[in-house]
Amino acid sequence: MPKKLAFWQGNMAIAMGGIAAGCRFFGGYPITPSSEIAEVMAEELPKINGRFIQMEDEIGGIAATIGASIAGYKAMTATSGPGFSLKQENLGLAYMAEIPIVVIDVMRGGPSTGLPTRVSQQDVMQARWGTHGDHGTIAYAPSSVQECFELTIDAFNMAERFRQPVLVMSDEVIGHMREKVVIPEPGSYPIVDRKRPKVSPEEFVPYLADPADDVPAMASFGDGYRWHVTGLTHNDYGFPTNEPEEIGKKHLRLVRKVERFRDEIVKYDLEQTEGAEILVVSYGCVARSAVRAVREARAKGIRVGHFRPITLWPFPDKELIQAAGQAKKVIVPELNCGQMISEVKIALGCKAEIIPSNLVNGEILRPHEILATIEEVA
Amino acid sequence: MPREEIKPWLRTRFFPHIWCPGCGHGIILHAILRSLVDLGKTREETVIASGIGCSSRMPGYINANTVHTTHGRSLAFATGIKLAKPELTVIDVMGDGDCTAIGGNHFIHACRRNIDITAIVMNNNIYGMTGGQASPTTPVGARATTAPYGAIDTPFDICRLAEGAGASYVARATIAQPALCEQYIKKAIQKKGFSVVEIITHCHTQFGRKNKRPNPVDNLIFFKENSIPKAKAKEMTEEEKKGKIVIGEFVDREGLEYTEAYLKLIERVRG
Repeated sequence: MPKKLAFWQGNMAIAMGGIAAGCRFFGGYPITPSSEIAEVMAEELPKINGRFIQMEDEIGGIAATIGASIAGYKAMTATSGPGFSLKQENLGLAYMAEIPIVVIDVMRGGPSTGLPTRVSQQDVMQARWGTHGDHGTIAYAPSSVQECFELTIDAFNMAERFRQPVLVMSDEVIGHMREKVVIPEPGSYPIVDRKRPKVSPEEFVPYLADPADDVPAMASFGDGYRWHVTGLTHNDYGFPTNEPEEIGKKHLRLVRKVERFRDEIVKYDLEQTEGAEILVVSYGCVARSAVRAVREARAKGIRVGHFRPITLWPFPDKELIQAAGQAKKVIVPELNCGQMISEVKIALGCKAEIIPSNLVNGEILRPHEILATIEEVA
Repeated sequence: MPREEIKPWLRTRFFPHIWCPGCGHGIILHAILRSLVDLGKTREETVIASGIGCSSRMPGYINANTVHTTHGRSLAFATGIKLAKPELTVIDVMGDGDCTAIGGNHFIHACRRNIDITAIVMNNNIYGMTGGQASPTTPVGARATTAPYGAIDTPFDICRLAEGAGASYVARATIAQPALCEQYIKKAIQKKGFSVVEIITHCHTQFGRKNKRPNPVDNLIFFKENSIPKAKAKEMTEEEKKGKIVIGEFVDREGLEYTEAYLKLIERVRG
C-alpha cells in the first residue's frame, strides 16, 4: 500500500494530528501565529461530528476546552504568547482537577504583544512554571512538520494517560513552514483513552487514585456518575479540604504521577554524539540549523555532536548527561536570553563549560551562525 | 427543612455548608432544587456550574454533575459542556461580582450566543467571601470595605444587560418571594436558549452591617417593602423608582439556540 503523503504547514499538521488522536472538540480565540490551527479545526471538526467554538477570549477558549473534556471529549486549544499568558489560570484548574486537555503554544516574540509574526522560544519556562502552584509538566517541542503531527498525538495520549494538560510548544517557524508529512495509517500508532470507572456510580470515589499509576479513573458528565470538579484543593471525594494530610496527599500526587513515569515520557534525539568534545543542545526550529551546523563542523574534522530534547518537560537530563560523555564544552543556542540553558547547567554544569548563544531579534539562528560559534569554541 | 424529594439532591455528607446563618443563598438553593424535581429532571442529566464566591460554593452541595471553576469563567466552562453534550440540562450559578465584573465578558457572550444554559445570578450587591468589597451592583452611596466613603460608580442593571446582550428569558425576583423564584427558575430551565434569573439576596454579614440592615430579617423586610412588580413600575417616575427593586419577567422570546444551530451546521456539512 502506498504511503499517504501530504504537504502541510506545521499548524495544519498539529490540527490533523489532534484529529488523528481522537480530538473532537476545539475551543479557541484568534491569535497570530497560531490561528491556522483554529481555522483548520473549524473546517474539519463538523465533518466528523466534532465541535468547534470560537470563544469570546483566550480564557474562554481553554475554559470551554476543559468543559468539553469533563463531558467526555478529547479536546484542545491553541494560542500564542499573550494568549498563553491568559490561559495560565485555567491551565492550573485543569492540573488541579486532573482534566486531560492539549494546549498548543506557537511561540512568538515577547514580552507583551512583542512580535506577533516573528519567532522566539521565550515561553519554554512559562510552560513549566506559568500557572501558580506545583504540578508535573509534560511539554513537547516539535522540530518539523512531521513532528507537529506525531507529537500532537503523543500529547493527547499523555494527557489521557495522566489526566492532565499536555503542552505542545511549537514556534512561528515550525508553525508556518511547509514540509512533506507521511501520514500513518490509523491503527498503526497507539491511541490512549482515559481510564473509566470500573465501579458503580454509588461506589465511585472520583479522585481515589490507583496506586499502580497514581491516576484516578475519570467519569464524564452525563454518563451516570455524579461527581464534583473543583479548583480548590480536594480530597478523594473531590470535595474541598483543609486537612493537612489530605492536602499533602493530593499535592504530592499531582507532581509524582509525572515523575514516576518520567522515563516513559521523555523523548530526545541524538546527532553524532559519539566521542564528541563539543555538544550543541537545542530544540524546536533552532535544532534544524544546529544539526546542519554540526554536520558541517564534523566534515571539517571538529568532534561535535547535537542533543535535542523533544520533551522540554520533563527535561531529559539523564540522557543529556550520557550523551555529553566527555564533552568539555556545551553550546546552548536559543531564541531567548537563556531559558533551557539553566536545565543544561543543572545537568552538566559541574563537568563542562556551558556556553549560551542567544538571539532575540525576531530572526532564526542560521546554520552558519551556529557553525561559527562551534568553530570559535573548538 | 427541605422536602423529602429534595433530599437525594443534597450532598449532606458535605454539610455544614459555609454560608453564614441566615444567608439568602439557602433559599435560592432550595428553589433551584424544587424546580429541578418538579420538572422531572434527573441528577444524572443535570450539570451545575459555578465560579468563585459564596454563591459559587452551591454546586458542591448538589448531588449532580457539578463543576466549581475559576472566578468569572463558569459560563465559558458551561458552554464547553453544553456544546459537547447538548442533551444535558446546564445551570450556572453566579454571584454579582462573578457574573458582572470578572465574568462580564463571558456573560454578555453567553447571552449573545443564546446557548441553552440557565444562569442564576445571586445578587447581594457585595463581594461577601473576600470581606465586603464593592461590586458592580453596589448601589451608589452604599458602603463597602473598598468604598468606605460610599460607592460612587453607577451599578449594572443585570436584567437590562442580559436583555441588551440577547438572552431569551430574563426575570428578577427577591428571596422574599421564594415561590416566584421557583416559578422563574422553572421557566428559565424550560426555555430553549440562554436564560437569566436575577435573584436579589442579601449579605447581612458584609453588606448589611455597613448599610443599616445587619440582620437577615431586616433584609427580608426591606425586600418585601421595596419590591414592585414590573407593571406597577411602568406607571412610576424614575424618582419614585429610586431604591426600589423591580421584579417580574422582562424578556421571554424565541431565538436561534446555539447548540441546535451547531448540530444543524454539522448536518449541512456532512450532507
